[in-house]
Amino acid sequence: MVRFGKFLKGFYVALMGIFLYAPILTLIVLSFNASKSRAKWSGFTFKWYAALFENEAILQSLWNTIIIALVSSLVATLIGTMASIAMNRMKKLPRQVMMGITNIPMLNADIVTGISLMLLFIMTDFAPGFTSVLLAHITFNIPYVILSVLPKLKQTDRNVFEAAQDLGATPISAFMKVVLPDIFPGILSGFLLAFTMSLDDFVITHFTKGAGVDTISTKVYTELRKGIKPEMYALSTLMFAAVLILLVLINRRRATHEQTVNH
Amino acid sequence: MNKKQRRALSQLMLSGPYTVWMAGFIVIPLFLIVYYGMTTKAGAFTWENITAITSSVNLKALWLSVELSFICTVICLVLSYPLAMILANSKMKNSSLTAFLFILPMWMNALLRTLAWLTLLENNGVINTVLKAIGLPAIHIINTPTAIVFGMVYNYIPFMILPIYNVLVKLDRNVINAARDLGANAVQTFLRVILPLSVPGIISGITMVFVPSLTTFAISDILGGSKILLLGNIIEQKFKTANNWHAGSGLSLVLMVFIIITMVVSSHYEKDGESASVW
Repeated sequence: MVRFGKFLKGFYVALMGIFLYAPILTLIVLSFNASKSRAKWSGFTFKWYAALFENEAILQSLWNTIIIALVSSLVATLIGTMASIAMNRMKKLPRQVMMGITNIPMLNADIVTGISLMLLFIMTDFAPGFTSVLLAHITFNIPYVILSVLPKLKQTDRNVFEAAQDLGATPISAFMKVVLPDIFPGILSGFLLAFTMSLDDFVITHFTKGAGVDTISTKVYTELRKGIKPEMYALSTLMFAAVLILLVLINRRRATHEQTVNH
Repeated sequence: MNKKQRRALSQLMLSGPYTVWMAGFIVIPLFLIVYYGMTTKAGAFTWENITAITSSVNLKALWLSVELSFICTVICLVLSYPLAMILANSKMKNSSLTAFLFILPMWMNALLRTLAWLTLLENNGVINTVLKAIGLPAIHIINTPTAIVFGMVYNYIPFMILPIYNVLVKLDRNVINAARDLGANAVQTFLRVILPLSVPGIISGITMVFVPSLTTFAISDILGGSKILLLGNIIEQKFKTANNWHAGSGLSLVLMVFIIITMVVSSHYEKDGESASVW
């Protein structure tokens, strides 16, 4: 009976795993399909991978995606961390107001955030393009940083910061040497979360981008009608493999690190 | 400059950039939706953009959006809870690794992953080929609302699994053991101890699934074959194809009413928005 229950549990987890990873497997298979059509398999090929590195438009969209994700998450981490420090010291009411507004982009629908920013750019005659997408991404990334950093700040002891200053440290060096190491894990996870969100965003980019500027997501969306180029499958397979390898390496390092600490 | 002034200055310098950013990019844009939604192209006040929701096409789209996103949320909850429980009780206590497994698919483009389901579900797609080979009847769900719900569940189920998992994994084992010691059987322990304690996770999961599925337009575009219109599709077309920002904003205001209701209900159960984090 217990054994059967265990089997059933394992079966269910496996089933959900298949559900989540089946499309990913499909895309990987399609990237090696000799035929351009999604419908039939006509032999194994590497030609889409070769074609990918000659497809200027796709490479440009990859470049845009990475630059926007990197710059927006870095700026968001800076502004968000500064805001968190200030919010941590605020009185209850202003803090709650700031927190409430911070929650809006997180809880609001992407389409509403997207059109609200599109209207802002229309109203101010700001020509939509690369910069407008970047500004939009910074906007929805800051809340993720704040929600990662603020809890860490709450855990730090204010007295230590004061003590450092009493012992002659300037506020800045006290912050760098005492507070920053404590909250750094929060800053890092906020940055990574922001980076992921920016990389995966389609809706907000769709509404704030100008003609001719594409990220991978918006490029896929325009290609949906005309038929997706198989190079796109090759690109997504490569990106997925890169992330997977990175995660395995991080986990390995963490595991060996823990081992050496334990010994 | 004395200490108090210096402190006020540093506070201003730290909070200043974000305060300006918030006002300019979060608060003002939201008011712009209200402004555009309540004016004509000439700038005169009107209710027409909002009352446009009562036209038969729009009303049908609104109803379908609410219906499909409701079904999607229920399915996500029913599928996620057992999974979250199994994962939380498993020996593998490496919670960050478990979370990664469900975040990992997000690193592959969501639109492409949804498109992959088209390959799998099509009338002569992979799944039907397999079904035919083993003598089972084929499924014909592509370009139907069922396929859209399928795509919604696929895309948003991680947002249901993770908050429930996060609550369950932090549950104090002693509370459960105490319930068992006091004579509660497994079902009673679940219904009266585990389930009530996991409500914050459930609520944040529901919000995080319901809102995006209510407002999607890409999933219905891909799996509904552009024939089935959700409210998100209509708003998207008004903005990107028809360039009628006033009509689009009016319909968005209707959509926002539903989002605000969801937010109010969920904030009632949440403290400090902490359970909203997926990481």
